[in-house]
Amino acid sequence: MTLRGLIDSRSRLIVTAEFPAINGGGLDAVRAKLEPILPFVDAINATDNPAAHAHASNVSIAIALKTLGAEPIMQVVCRDKNRLALQADIVGAALFGVENICALTGDDVTAGDEPEARRVFDLDGPQLIAVATRLGQGQYLSGRTLTPAPTLLVGAVENPAAPPLKYRVERAALKSDAGARFLQLQICYHPDRLAAFVAGCVERGIDTRTALLPTVCLTKSARSLAFMHDSVPGIDVPQKIRDRVAAARDSAEESYQVTLELSRHALSLTGVAGLHITDFRHDGSLGRLVTELGLRPDVVVTTA
Amino acid sequence: MQLLPLVEHAVKGRVWDCRMCGQCVLHATGMTCPMTCPKTLRNGPCGGVREDGRCEVEPEMECVWLKAERRSHSVVNPDSWEREFAHLRPPVDNRLRGTASWANLFTGRDRQTPAGWTRSGTSELPSDDRLEVSLGEVDDLDSLDQGFHARTPLA
Repeated sequence: MTLRGLIDSRSRLIVTAEFPAINGGGLDAVRAKLEPILPFVDAINATDNPAAHAHASNVSIAIALKTLGAEPIMQVVCRDKNRLALQADIVGAALFGVENICALTGDDVTAGDEPEARRVFDLDGPQLIAVATRLGQGQYLSGRTLTPAPTLLVGAVENPAAPPLKYRVERAALKSDAGARFLQLQICYHPDRLAAFVAGCVERGIDTRTALLPTVCLTKSARSLAFMHDSVPGIDVPQKIRDRVAAARDSAEESYQVTLELSRHALSLTGVAGLHITDFRHDGSLGRLVTELGLRPDVVVTTA
Repeated sequence: MQLLPLVEHAVKGRVWDCRMCGQCVLHATGMTCPMTCPKTLRNGPCGGVREDGRCEVEPEMECVWLKAERRSHSVVNPDSWEREFAHLRPPVDNRLRGTASWANLFTGRDRQTPAGWTRSGTSELPSDDRLEVSLGEVDDLDSLDQGFHARTPLA
């Protein structure tokens, strides 16, 4: 079933995942990264210069994923392009059947390896949601008609764990009202904050309009957790979790177990529609996680 | 009218670090200028706010939107300002940069938005008639096949 179908019907929990960055190697490189995760996910995020590092573009990867039989979610960030370019990307990708858009404000250029770059932010995240939604209704921001209107499903991201914590629910409401049909929540190592955020969304009725997909992150070591804590904007990994993984005999397995626990907790919350998975391990853990959580009983895993 | 932007900047620059975007929303942002956010966000904090409430880009300062959100609840603000905080604000009109928002407020110029902008993405499209008038844009595909769109007055 398509992502839209799953969001409309909520017939089962949804699984989406982040696609790794690609820098070369043609479609074969995309296929090689896609094959291990494709059976386990409903849709895959084609990222847009993640963490402010240049890579093969969101549009190209979204089209490649579509070509290779996956359902792409094209991330679009506000950092690198003005409103003309953002609209052109969405409309252009839609020509190739890319329907799902995830609108983000984006990390600042200073988070990347080219901090001297000019930052754009001509639109902000909520504005981009409204603009993309309007494109799907057959109109550019200028008012110029788009015929036929592209079929679009617009979503966004919200961080349930960054201050101001109470206001994050308001922000989810703002994005939902602007047209977001799903929210892939930022990686969150604070189960209490996620629970409070989701409960707030349920109270406001946001979860019925907009599918809430908490993100969990597969890491291999205490070092990668420390890196996320220190270097990824908006992510706080509590000392307790970092210590637990560092002290474990098998830290790779321990960090997997942390992710499994966070996933189980997220899925136990009323109002959660599924999971978004960021995989920094690339060792088959994504399939293991989805299987152990019982998320895709329709997938039969065959061992070669 | 050239004097007005100077006067406005002299006052608001000192008090609010005003950046003269020409479409002032201070009343809706707890009297905190959103253009002082390094990402110039008009609709609330990004997801990068640090654990201690400091800015992702400039860690020496508090997140502009954290401050704005706190101030929006101030008892000295009218209730309407608090409510307005939650509204979706339109994209910046870059043509207004450097002009006096006081004049733009008076003429209503600061509330003009592109015809395709709506507060809610789920609302209905305006009718074609209204669109034509508001846009004044003519697409004659036979003569303008290069993707060129002429802006001509509709009389």
